[in-house]
Amino acid sequence: MSRATFLRLCLLPLAAVVMAFFVLPMARLAIVGASGETGLRAYSAILLEPRYRATLINTVLLAAATTAATIVIAAIAGLFLQRHRFPGRAVLTAMLTFPLAFPGVVVGFMIILLAGRQGLVGDMTGRLLGEKIVFAYSIQGLFLGYLYFSIPRVILTIMAAVEKLDPALEEAARALGAGPWAVHRDVILPALGPAFVASSAIAFATAMGAFGTAFTLATNIDVLPMLIYTEFTLSANITMAAALSVGLGLVAWVILALGRSLSGGVVAAAG
Amino acid sequence: MRERLIFAGQLLFTLLVAAFLIVPAFLSMLAGVTANYFRGIASGFTLQWVIQVWDLYAETIARSLLIAVATLVVTIVVGVPAAYALNTRGGRLARVLEEVITLPLAIPGLAIALALLLTYGAFGDYRRSWLFILTGHVVFTLPFMVRAVMAVLAAIDVKTLDESAASLGAGPWRRFRDVIVPNARPGILAGALTVITLSLGEFNLTWMLHTPLTKTLPVGLADSYASMRLEVASAYTLVFFVMIIPLLIAMQLLAENAGAGRPSS
Repeated sequence: MSRATFLRLCLLPLAAVVMAFFVLPMARLAIVGASGETGLRAYSAILLEPRYRATLINTVLLAAATTAATIVIAAIAGLFLQRHRFPGRAVLTAMLTFPLAFPGVVVGFMIILLAGRQGLVGDMTGRLLGEKIVFAYSIQGLFLGYLYFSIPRVILTIMAAVEKLDPALEEAARALGAGPWAVHRDVILPALGPAFVASSAIAFATAMGAFGTAFTLATNIDVLPMLIYTEFTLSANITMAAALSVGLGLVAWVILALGRSLSGGVVAAAG
Repeated sequence: MRERLIFAGQLLFTLLVAAFLIVPAFLSMLAGVTANYFRGIASGFTLQWVIQVWDLYAETIARSLLIAVATLVVTIVVGVPAAYALNTRGGRLARVLEEVITLPLAIPGLAIALALLLTYGAFGDYRRSWLFILTGHVVFTLPFMVRAVMAVLAAIDVKTLDESAASLGAGPWRRFRDVIVPNARPGILAGALTVITLSLGEFNLTWMLHTPLTKTLPVGLADSYASMRLEVASAYTLVFFVMIIPLLIAMQLLAENAGAGRPSS
């Protein structure tokens, strides 16, 4: 058997699996989305129908807020952890990256334990203020949940980028008389630019598509994945669910591709 | 003085972020073994909730383990040869294929699950069996295995190894078995840990693909969060943590070893 034949045989199972269980189904999804009474207009309904549009705007705003907050938090903590050596640093880093493997539903439960009816915040405010504050099932709770799963991903990317920074640049800046604030503003943060772009893309795309957390928490908040789920199961509006899924998949894919080409790195969302 | 203040401020901030992530996980483990969480740990510790979880959900735990192992086997059999071929062949076709198999990382699981349902939902026996869930898990985890193996193959000079084995007269299958696979082992191991961890925790696809008779652990978790008392939900989450924490630690150790073995750049 020739080498080329063997290599082709090696690729065959992968090509078959991907074709049968990914490419074909996704094509079918796109077709079903356009096969309702309104045809291709199901796709424009995502933007034109007020209810869908409101949900889309909601989801984009929530994802954007999550991304912005995550980047700020992860930049501060990531720079700090990578720049200082102190006892307990390894444990602290492990704690910050540990939730990486939590499914979205578990993240939702974590927020219930923090801010739910029997949660920590409610318990503490009940004792201090005499009134329990419960916000797990509101948009603030959902935001907290999205932060919870975004922070570990982004911190890892930023720490890796900080490690690769050239310390000579900072020393040069300091030698030229720049204070710590100026060094951060003019040297460190610009050098981390590509890492910020890449991790923003990951955080945003993940937040747009997050289903598990929303499923556990969002009893009365409309976010896109919940809308798709309810259209499919409760309203049996399969055409619209398919069109919305295709839209969501496209948005997530475009954002990750943009992030990848702008940062020059490999970007992937998961979970 | 100012430096120390900045250090203290940053440390405090980082500790707060860590607390936000760790305190709820700790609370859930605590609640899982507390007799009455509302009354606090003063009510005493108990294993009754864990036992109750075992009675109610043992089946979901076993099914999740089965699916994770099956997913691993499929991703190894399909992914490792493919990673080798993609690494060796290069060219446009290989790049396109690599791009296509990484797409499931970008597209939300909900969309993939819906696509699978619309395409194969009519095949009743298949749709009702755990193999339907396995399909979803394979699509979702395959890129992780392929990329982990490709990363290792790219770091070592596989082409030279492969060609010298060929010049010694080894056929392609023997070279693959005796040269490529042993050299790719760290990548296969890293990929395997990722695949198992992801499969055990997969919810977005599984929730859409499962039937009442094919519930997995995360599906059961969602169930218990919605309908069980907090202690039972917590005990169930505790069981999940106990299953994935060793995997996470193994991954961390593997990454550190790989980092130590590589010459620093």
